[in-house]
Amino acid sequence: MSTKTHVQTKINGETVDFLCEPRQSLLEVLRDVLQMTGSKEGCNDGNCGACTVNMDGRIVDSCLVLGVEAAGSEINTIEGVATSDGLHPIQQAFLENAALQCGICTPGFIVASKALLEAEPNPSEERIRLWLAGNLCRCTGYDKIVRAVMDAAQKMA
Amino acid sequence: MTTAYEPNVVLSTKEYDVVGTRPIRHDGVDKVTGAAKYGADFYASNMLFAKVLRSPHAHARIKSIDTTDAESLEGVRAVVTSKDFGNLPWTYERDQVMASHKVLYKGHPIAGVAAINSHIADHAISLIKVEYECLASVATVHEAMKENAPILLDDLRTEDDLGNNSESNTNVAKHIQYSTGDIEKGFNQADLIVEREFNTATVHQGYIEPSNFTVNWNQDGRLHIWLSSQGPFEIRGDAAKVLGIPVSNVKVTPMEIGGGFGAKFSVFSSPIAALLSKKTGHPVKVVNTRTEEFESSTPTPGSYLKVKIGITKSGQITSGQAYLAYEAGAYPGSPVGGGANCLFAPYDIPNQLIDGYDVVVNKPKTGAYRAPGSPNAAFAIESIVDELAEKLGMDPLNLRLMNASKSGTRRSDGVKFPRIGCIEVIEAMKSHPHYSTPLKGPNQGRGIAIGYWMNGAGESSITLTVHPDGHINLVEGSADIGGSRASISMMAAEVLGIPAESVHPSVVDTDSVGYTSGTGGSSVTHKAGIVVYQAASDVKLQLLDRAASIWGTDSNSLEMNNGVISSTSNHNLKISFEDLAAQLNDTGGPIVGRAALTTRGPGGAFAGHIIDVEVDPETGKVAILRCTAFQDCGKAIHPSYVEGQMQGGTVQGIGWALNEEYFMNEDGSMANGTFLDYRMPLALDLPMIDTVIVEVANPDHPFGVRGVGEVSIAPPLPAVANAVYGATGIRMNRLPMTPASIANITK
Ligand code: FES
Ligand code: FES
Repeated sequence: MSTKTHVQTKINGETVDFLCEPRQSLLEVLRDVLQMTGSKEGCNDGNCGACTVNMDGRIVDSCLVLGVEAAGSEINTIEGVATSDGLHPIQQAFLENAALQCGICTPGFIVASKALLEAEPNPSEERIRLWLAGNLCRCTGYDKIVRAVMDAAQKMA
Repeated sequence: MTTAYEPNVVLSTKEYDVVGTRPIRHDGVDKVTGAAKYGADFYASNMLFAKVLRSPHAHARIKSIDTTDAESLEGVRAVVTSKDFGNLPWTYERDQVMASHKVLYKGHPIAGVAAINSHIADHAISLIKVEYECLASVATVHEAMKENAPILLDDLRTEDDLGNNSESNTNVAKHIQYSTGDIEKGFNQADLIVEREFNTATVHQGYIEPSNFTVNWNQDGRLHIWLSSQGPFEIRGDAAKVLGIPVSNVKVTPMEIGGGFGAKFSVFSSPIAALLSKKTGHPVKVVNTRTEEFESSTPTPGSYLKVKIGITKSGQITSGQAYLAYEAGAYPGSPVGGGANCLFAPYDIPNQLIDGYDVVVNKPKTGAYRAPGSPNAAFAIESIVDELAEKLGMDPLNLRLMNASKSGTRRSDGVKFPRIGCIEVIEAMKSHPHYSTPLKGPNQGRGIAIGYWMNGAGESSITLTVHPDGHINLVEGSADIGGSRASISMMAAEVLGIPAESVHPSVVDTDSVGYTSGTGGSSVTHKAGIVVYQAASDVKLQLLDRAASIWGTDSNSLEMNNGVISSTSNHNLKISFEDLAAQLNDTGGPIVGRAALTTRGPGGAFAGHIIDVEVDPETGKVAILRCTAFQDCGKAIHPSYVEGQMQGGTVQGIGWALNEEYFMNEDGSMANGTFLDYRMPLALDLPMIDTVIVEVANPDHPFGVRGVGEVSIAPPLPAVANAVYGATGIRMNRLPMTPASIANITK
């Protein structure tokens, strides 16, 4: 008897089929099954945000979602943020504002910030800090990350 | 956002074309698109996944280990214990990798399992049966130094500065002593003497990427390790030593690294993965969980300090005495030496006596964390200096300025300071608008503090290859933990007169570049800077020689400026670097520049902070209202990444001051080994961190560079404490200053 379940979902706009064990998290599926390693694991218990993906329009910690729960969903990951036209303005702003040092937290911050700016095009500093409170960065002290998001908001306006 | 002032200032003393500008980092695009490969992102074909069985007890004798059930679980490929080290002798290093007869902390590895996936490996370790005889444990230096304290290491004796050993069993691994002048005379000259005691909790570096290793013990006997490490060459050496194989049999490939702050220098579980790989013939990957990271990687020590300062009425410090005891964790090697060196470093104190103790306790072996030893020391001395200033009715910055170290002042360990920027940092603080802006409300306070770190130098090896289109390939061995590829490339570009974007840096494996000591001690921009300057100068000389041979002239009459080679005697002889590069293969062959050496003279760094807080009188919660960080970095190669280091270090210091600690259970185990319970600062907890880069050029570096990464973590501990005093009238002498600890006193 197979211990794996067939799951069909949409990832970054493409239909994707995969097999996973019921105990595997979406993060594990992305990384270990689909070899999409842009989403990172920092804690595996929902406290660092390095694994942030967008699921049906909401940002979630993919380590807290089961792979089987992705069935029929639309998942957007860091790999889908840049397009064939180039980097997303948030990615460009992170580069120009030096908003990353080691960069391990960066995919999570970019996916989370993108969702914020899509919902609220002109957030205050306070609002950005609250929105990003689920994402840990140990390198930057957040200053340049917050500035990058404000900069991106301005450029996207 | 509107600011009436400039949030990030560079007090520049020398301008260059490329150095000091802010290009986009070379590895940036890969890191904002998710394409960059970190250690855990590496997958080898046929790879197995390993998990490590760890001790649930802080201190226990291992009576037996039974791995039978684990071995017979379907999907398990191999199990190893310390027995698999074979005939290799017991050493601290091997015992740290896998315990044999005793476990010394909760989290101490006992066995490793390799299986076809990590869930099966996880299940298998739960099937290993270990019989323990629990022993009493010690969690702090106070407990460990008590008479009749439980002893961790039977062979341990206290070593003094002369290498003499104590006679009896002990938990004190080392006693260091620094002495200058006449301590008693100094105190006799003082009008005011203040002596205070301080305690700080064990804290963790808190990098977001857990340690990880993929190891393949190849059939030809060679070991290949893919990892995220600050020191690929150090890991190569240490892994060879632990496994008892020649260093040339080990190749380490550094993947991108997700933070380290000093901690990612240890071999951790890589020898376990190596033994599993040898047993199975497959590559084996081992990635720590976050809890394993807290419980068994190398945190930085809790400490106890007693410091006594004598001062005259006019504010001259006459005498300083200190007792420092730092946790080493389960094996000797705390950064108490760093603490002793940094403690009095900002001040010219003629009479000093410092005693430092390295104390083993039942916690994981401690490791480096950003200016290791210095923050604990800064907390003590800067709290006292603040108190002295208040008692004497002096401005705290003026008191510091009066006593500040300068070139020629002797450090506590006897070393004379070269040109340093202690005075310049204090002066920048004094003249910054933050210092003169009044606080706005009740329960607010402003604290200031300064701090020191030695900075590091060491080995670096770099080769530069000229491309036919005038670009340069730069090959180096320094793990890039925060933008060093960019700064090294910028220094090469500066020498050659080309844009930073024309240099393409790669950090390569240990077989492909000369020895390069690790990314630590704030050493990279210093050592790689000197080496890349030489390597680029080598390229330049070869280009001049090549042009000379093409033109049939003497290379001494040629020069290269802004990417153009020309003759000083004949104005018609002129060729761009790009055009010459295109001709190399036809005019004598490719050009490769190289340099490799052990650098010296990192210069030392001083930092200072002004921090405003508001303390909630009911709950004791401290809010950071405003923070300005000042630091002498010699020369900021890429100012944005210098600011980033200062901001990141500052926030780690704030976390250390207010929230972070290893919360220990009665039984000696850590109670809060998750990011939920080990509370690091969030974006929401902080204001912008303003910066002032002070540039006092280091005369021992071609661009004046001093190390940048570390010192900014030290002053925030006392600056926050001094600000809390300003807000509440209470001097906190224990870290972290949690809401409860403040509220308990204010009520
Ligand atoms: S890995 Fe998912 S929140 Fe940390
Ligand atoms: S850049 Fe390293 S954790 Fe954010």
